[in-house]
Amino acid sequence: MKYLAEFRDPKLARALLDEIAGAVTRPWTIMEICGGQTHAIMRHGLDQLLPDGITLVHGPGCPVCVTPLETIDRALAIAARPGVIFTSFGDMLRVPGSRDDLLRIKSHGADVRMVYSPLEAVKLARENPDRQVVFLAVGFETTAPGNAMALKQAAAEGLANFSEITSHVLVPPAMEAILTAPGNRVQGFLAAGHVCAIMGTTQYEPLAARHGVPVVPTGFEPVDILRGILQTVRMLEKGEHGVVNAYGRVVRSEGNPAARAVVDQVYTVCDRKWRGIGMIPRSGLRIRDELAVHDAEKKFAVNGITTAEPTVCIAGKILQGLKKPPECPAFGKECTPLHPLGATMVSSEGACAAYHKYARKGLP
Amino acid sequence: MCLAIPGKILKIDTDHDLPMAVIDYAGARNEACLAYTPEAQVGDYVIVHAGFALQVLNEDEARASLEELTRLSALMEADAEDDSGSGATP
Ligand code: SF4
Repeated sequence: MKYLAEFRDPKLARALLDEIAGAVTRPWTIMEICGGQTHAIMRHGLDQLLPDGITLVHGPGCPVCVTPLETIDRALAIAARPGVIFTSFGDMLRVPGSRDDLLRIKSHGADVRMVYSPLEAVKLARENPDRQVVFLAVGFETTAPGNAMALKQAAAEGLANFSEITSHVLVPPAMEAILTAPGNRVQGFLAAGHVCAIMGTTQYEPLAARHGVPVVPTGFEPVDILRGILQTVRMLEKGEHGVVNAYGRVVRSEGNPAARAVVDQVYTVCDRKWRGIGMIPRSGLRIRDELAVHDAEKKFAVNGITTAEPTVCIAGKILQGLKKPPECPAFGKECTPLHPLGATMVSSEGACAAYHKYARKGLP
Repeated sequence: MCLAIPGKILKIDTDHDLPMAVIDYAGARNEACLAYTPEAQVGDYVIVHAGFALQVLNEDEARASLEELTRLSALMEADAEDDSGSGATP
C-alpha cells in the first residue's frame, strides 16, 4: 500500500541498522513510549537486530494496559444494568476486571457492543432514545479528540441518553514520572508518533531540556522505528538533548490545534491513577462539570467501586522501564495472555503480551 | 491502540453536520470523520485512528524521507562493493 509498504522495505531497514551500528560507541538505553511500537519492534525482531549496545525498554503507552482495574469494574457494573447499551473499542472487551470481563457479561445477557468509532455509539443513542448508551472512553492524546467529538456531538443533538466513562491519560506526565523514578535508566525517548500528530512536538521541549534527554517523535513501521533510534543515538553520542522529529510525514510541530480545541471544550485535566504505576498528578482527562449529564460515572453513581491488583505482578516496574517481562516470576506460568494477571499481559500491545507472543523468553 | 494508518479519501459527505469520508486502505473501505482535517480533499491521504482522520499525510515529506533513506542504502551498497572489490579489507 502506498506510504506504508515503502516504510517496511527490508533494504532500507538494513541500511539504517548498519548506520546505527556505525554510530554507537557506548551502551544506551532508549524507551519507546507507545505499545504499538513495542509490538512492531517484537514482531519484526528489531530488538534482536540492533547492536548489543542499544537496549530498548518499553514504555507505558498502551491505554488498555494502564486503565485501572476499578474503571473496568465500574464499566462492568454499568454494562450489567438493564436498559444499557454498553459500547467500547474491541481491545477493551477482553480486559478482565476483578471478576469478569465485558465479553463474559455479554454472554450472560448484557447488551455490549464493539464500535470502531465513538460516533457509532452516538448513532446508537440517536436510534435508541429509550435506552442508555454508554461508551467506554479510554486512550491517550491520540484517541481523546474522537471521543471528545462524540460527546460534543451528543450534547449538540441533545442526546441525554449518551454518556461516557472516561479514563483518558496523557503522555508527558508519565514521561516525567519515569525520568524522576529512583533507578531510572532511560536516556532517550522515541515519542509516540500519533500522540504527537495531535499534540505537536513543542510540548516535549521543556521536559527534554529539564532532564537533558533526546525526545524523538517516531512512526510505527520498521523503517520509521529504526530512523527514530538512529536519530536518538546520534543525539546521545553527541551529548545533545531536545526534540527532533523523525516522523515528518505525519507530525507537524504545531500538531492538530483544531483537535486540541475540542478536547479542551469537553474534557479537563485531572489527576489519574495508572494501572500498575499508581496516581500521577495531572496525567488524565475527565469530562467537564458542565457536561456532567454525559458522565457515566456520575449518572450511574459507581464511584464507590475500588479494587486491588495481584501482588506478584511487576507491571508497574515494566511500564516504567525498570524491569523486563521475563524478570517476573509469573511470566508465562500463572500469567499468560489467556489468563493475564496484570496490566501488561492484558492487551496485545502490552510488553508482557508482546514478549510472550514473540517468544522473548530469555533474560534481558 | 494508537495505531493509525494512511488511507486515501474517495468521497466526502456530511452526516449530522459532521464531514465524513469514505477511505480506501488498499482495497478495504471504511468511513472516517474529517472534522479535524477540514482541509482534506478527495485524493488526499489521511492518517486515520478510531474513526477520525488525525492529519493529512504530507506527501512531500514522505517522498523526501524515502529519497534520503534510499540514498543511505545506496551508499551502504556502494561501500560493501568497494570492500569486497578491493579484496584487501583489514
Ligand atoms: S508477566 Fe503477568 S504478572 Fe508478571 S508483570 Fe507481566 S502482567 Fe504482571
